[in-house]
Amino acid sequence: MKARIHVTLKIGVLDPQGKAIGHALGAMGFDGVGEVRQGKVIDIELAETNPDKVRTAVDDMCRKLLANTVIESYEIEIDR
Amino acid sequence: MRAAVIVFPGSNCDRDVAVALEQASGRPPKMVWHKDAVLPALDLIVLPGGFSYGDYLRSGAMAARSPVLAAVVASAKRGVPVLGICNGFQVLTECGLLPGVLMPNAGLRFVCRDVFLKVETTDSAFTLGYTEGNVVRLPVAHGDGNYFADTEILDRLEGEGRVAFRYVDSEGCRSVGANPNGSMNDIAGVLSESRTVLGLMPHPERLADSRLGGDDGRVMFDALAALETT
Repeated sequence: MKARIHVTLKIGVLDPQGKAIGHALGAMGFDGVGEVRQGKVIDIELAETNPDKVRTAVDDMCRKLLANTVIESYEIEIDR
Repeated sequence: MRAAVIVFPGSNCDRDVAVALEQASGRPPKMVWHKDAVLPALDLIVLPGGFSYGDYLRSGAMAARSPVLAAVVASAKRGVPVLGICNGFQVLTECGLLPGVLMPNAGLRFVCRDVFLKVETTDSAFTLGYTEGNVVRLPVAHGDGNYFADTEILDRLEGEGRVAFRYVDSEGCRSVGANPNGSMNDIAGVLSESRTVLGLMPHPERLADSRLGGDDGRVMFDALAALETT
């Protein structure tokens, strides 16, 4: 199975890169751009075929390595 | 003083800190490769500056999960002093020995220059050679030095006197311009609850010899040279 993980900064944590992107978009003439937040996408292929087990395993990976939960939150998508 | 410097792929201040340690103690530190899972009996462990594992995922994240770190954490929990400089500080927050996290600099640029620091506490093996409230000059060279922690952690750090160094101007005053990275409360270095783990972004090893332009960093190594734990 495949899992896709979205890692984003938690609400309230200042995201200077997102801010810079927002400024650049405004300067390029894109109107109405509000807050911009930048994150990461991580795709993982797993031998496991049971979606519940995949979710449990990937959640463990997120907490132990893929996200720093002091500042980041994550969402897991399983296969499609 | 028996010291070890942990070397990761991408460490680049390991030799500088080894020179500073030997200069102060007369004894070369043991250089320990990140794949070694066992550490000898030690009085000090240093996690040096650099870009371990190319800063992949987050700075310090991969190093914090490398085989040697379990041994470093176990030693730290037994009371062996651990000093993390720059990338070493990032590794210490990633592995949980120090609270908080080092985010990208607020200005989004790599900052490489000398900064002034106020010594906020001399109550640790690392800082006992300094005078509390004094201003020292050390270089910084980092892209991710912006210390972040929630208010509960910040209040604890401040309340327990665990902020070791703070960015100030040459007169010792705090200002936006004196803070090179946007770090909360102008924090440059923090101590663990046990006061035996110090993480700091500035590089004491880079100004530990007056022939190199300053020796404010040497004070830390001279104090550490006297260390002898059991």
